[in-house]
Amino acid sequence: MKIKIQRQRLTEYEVNLKNPTLLEVLNEIKTTQDNSLTYSSGCKSSVCGSCAMRVNSKEVLACGYKVQDGDIIEPLNNMPIIRDLVVNMDKALGFNKKSITWLNPQANTPELSQDDEKRNALQSDCILCSSCYSSCPVYAVNEEFKGPFSLTRVFKYVSDKREAKPKEKIDVIQLNGIWDCTLCNECTLVCPQGISSKADIEKLRMKSIQFGYSDPNFSIGGGLDFGAPQF
Amino acid sequence: MKRDILVIGAGGAGLVAALNAHEKGMKVTIITKDYPTRSQTSMAQGGINAALGNAGEDSVQSHIENTLKSAQGIASEDAINYLCSSAPQAVEWLNSIGVQFSRTKENKIAQRTLGGASAPRACYAQDYTGLKILHTLYDRVLASEIEILSDRYLLDLINSQDKKSVCGVSVLNKRTGEVEVYESRVVILATGGYARVYDKHSTNAVGTTGDGQAAAIRAGARLSDMEFVQFHPTALKSSSILISESARGAGGYLLNSKNERFVDELLPRDKVARAIDAQIKKGEDIFLDIRHLGEEFIDKELPQERKLALLYEGIDPVNELIPIKPVAHYTMGGIEVDEDSQTIIKGLFAVGECANHRVHGANRLGGNSLLELVVFGAQAGENAAEYAKEILNQVQDDEHEIQDDEHEIQDDEGKVQDDEGEVQDKIIQNCHSELDSESNIEIDFYKIKAELGDLFYKNVGIIRDKNSLESALKKVQKFISDIPLMGVNDRSKIYNTNLIEFLEFKNMLELSELILSGAIVREESRGAHFRSDFPQEDEKFKMHTIKDKNGVVS
Repeated sequence: MKIKIQRQRLTEYEVNLKNPTLLEVLNEIKTTQDNSLTYSSGCKSSVCGSCAMRVNSKEVLACGYKVQDGDIIEPLNNMPIIRDLVVNMDKALGFNKKSITWLNPQANTPELSQDDEKRNALQSDCILCSSCYSSCPVYAVNEEFKGPFSLTRVFKYVSDKREAKPKEKIDVIQLNGIWDCTLCNECTLVCPQGISSKADIEKLRMKSIQFGYSDPNFSIGGGLDFGAPQF
Repeated sequence: MKRDILVIGAGGAGLVAALNAHEKGMKVTIITKDYPTRSQTSMAQGGINAALGNAGEDSVQSHIENTLKSAQGIASEDAINYLCSSAPQAVEWLNSIGVQFSRTKENKIAQRTLGGASAPRACYAQDYTGLKILHTLYDRVLASEIEILSDRYLLDLINSQDKKSVCGVSVLNKRTGEVEVYESRVVILATGGYARVYDKHSTNAVGTTGDGQAAAIRAGARLSDMEFVQFHPTALKSSSILISESARGAGGYLLNSKNERFVDELLPRDKVARAIDAQIKKGEDIFLDIRHLGEEFIDKELPQERKLALLYEGIDPVNELIPIKPVAHYTMGGIEVDEDSQTIIKGLFAVGECANHRVHGANRLGGNSLLELVVFGAQAGENAAEYAKEILNQVQDDEHEIQDDEHEIQDDEGKVQDDEGEVQDKIIQNCHSELDSESNIEIDFYKIKAELGDLFYKNVGIIRDKNSLESALKKVQKFISDIPLMGVNDRSKIYNTNLIEFLEFKNMLELSELILSGAIVREESRGAHFRSDFPQEDEKFKMHTIKDKNGVVS
């Protein structure tokens, strides 16, 4: 099969493997055809988040994607390319700290029930592969958007009974946060762990309203407004 | 910038050590070869042991006894006592910082039985226990002022002139290709295991290449029990991807081609792996059967196992058998440390899979490695902080003395700088010579790396003997002597993974020789080290194999 990889220029490679994953194809090219092909990988079992990239413009984990003849492989979007398929995730990961994505523990940890556990079990499956970040169209207009994985992490902690200061987190995601999302759902479609950041952002909007915040996009006219265009 | 403590490695052990040292007021920097959540810890599935008794009667004493038994006589009873008695507190701490453990109907942390355990003792978070612990630890690090330096590959430790204490590390910045030197009188190695010596015959992530152990022994530290490598009974047959022991803990069976069970599935891993190996040698194919557990249970408790089996083996365990084989999974051996997690090099600490705390002995129990990294991570972080404080006081005292004689200061500083300059030049030369040398590559190291893995799986695997080990040693020595004929084709300085993989490969070759020499000398069978020519345990070998770069210490 033939695939094309976006390096300094789009480069075609041919490999002969049976029903391989993309990571197997990349390893084959690197070790037998071109030692300079550059990409990241780790666990090869979809849990370490190292090998996210785009195939035919859609984000996948290379270790979890079965290659089709003619696939075009590109690095993730919205992040500076270091080389070939390796991007610099520092800024993206930095939004975690900006969004206070950790638990502020309570003096006495409350007991959790099975229902409590279900509330954020899925969100805690996140592997920080940045697929969602890459797919997000908001970065075209706002480079400071806190982004899907950080906001999912915020939801994970504010929905946790053990969190002592949920309001602090809600406060910090008002600006460049939940209201900047267009709810386009691209992040959900590409998440290898089946997490919907879009749904988490909607839930965070509900929580924000409970804390007395309102949608700044609707606030210009004041009063009741169900989304008519503002001029 | 002045740093009190450097932590090399950002897996569970490194993060816990960093957090604890930071809590003691230290300025801590974590250096990792990837990003902090990429580590092997994310792959731990089954659970973390603590005798909480939430799912059936249990006691710390039973946990100690089970661990001791599985260690087969070569473990420290004190270290195991400390590990097991600290376990409930360790899990409570993880719970307090937000780990999403699964829960019982009584609102307790859920627990299940893993191999070799007399009670349901492994606290779990579905089958993503390691992932959820790792990410919660990472989030705690974000809450602190700990500095994280990503994409930096450990080259070497830098010693003081008298070689007795550590004074920093050299790393290759993957993004720039530059060698960087970080100074610190306290370094904690938390770089993981070396099971990738087995290459594709390992469940481990590709970066589990023993960089820390190799750097440590080059710097004069000791390694111990390197011949003890654990084979996990159930990896997927075609990809070596791990299927958690919790599948058997929940009632999964092992079957051969005749649909017969042939072993108690919940024996310790060394015994189950040998039973499977014996079946395979008889020509049987081996399967894990969890069909009878039902779809609802599998989706609730073992969602990752179903996903992995579907994706990498093309079968759905809800209604099909899972083809499996045992592969290298965990390395019990590692950097020799004392009860404070310190090596014989002052200021050099080691923790996690890269260290040998003598708690696993000849065979680790499932659920004890996540426990080890929390308990000893905390202890190593605290001890490193204490040591750093002592050093800081000393330096302050020294500075007072020296102030009386300004000439002396200048001389001293000048000398240190010269030395450092020299060290740095040497390291840069070593590292960049791979990039600068004339293209004269006669042997493809990727081929040798694969060959090394096949050789180890066959000759240094579940069953070994004198012949298999000695012929493997000869081959490894040949590979080592051929290193000058190998090299990297990629000459770029920017993110040169060809170079990194070559450096990793050279580390593994260095360790391969040590694994083999340990296995050859140990003419007995104990835990994961099984010699068909010496199938019995021998009292005379009830000891640790300890080595430094000059050979056998004891």
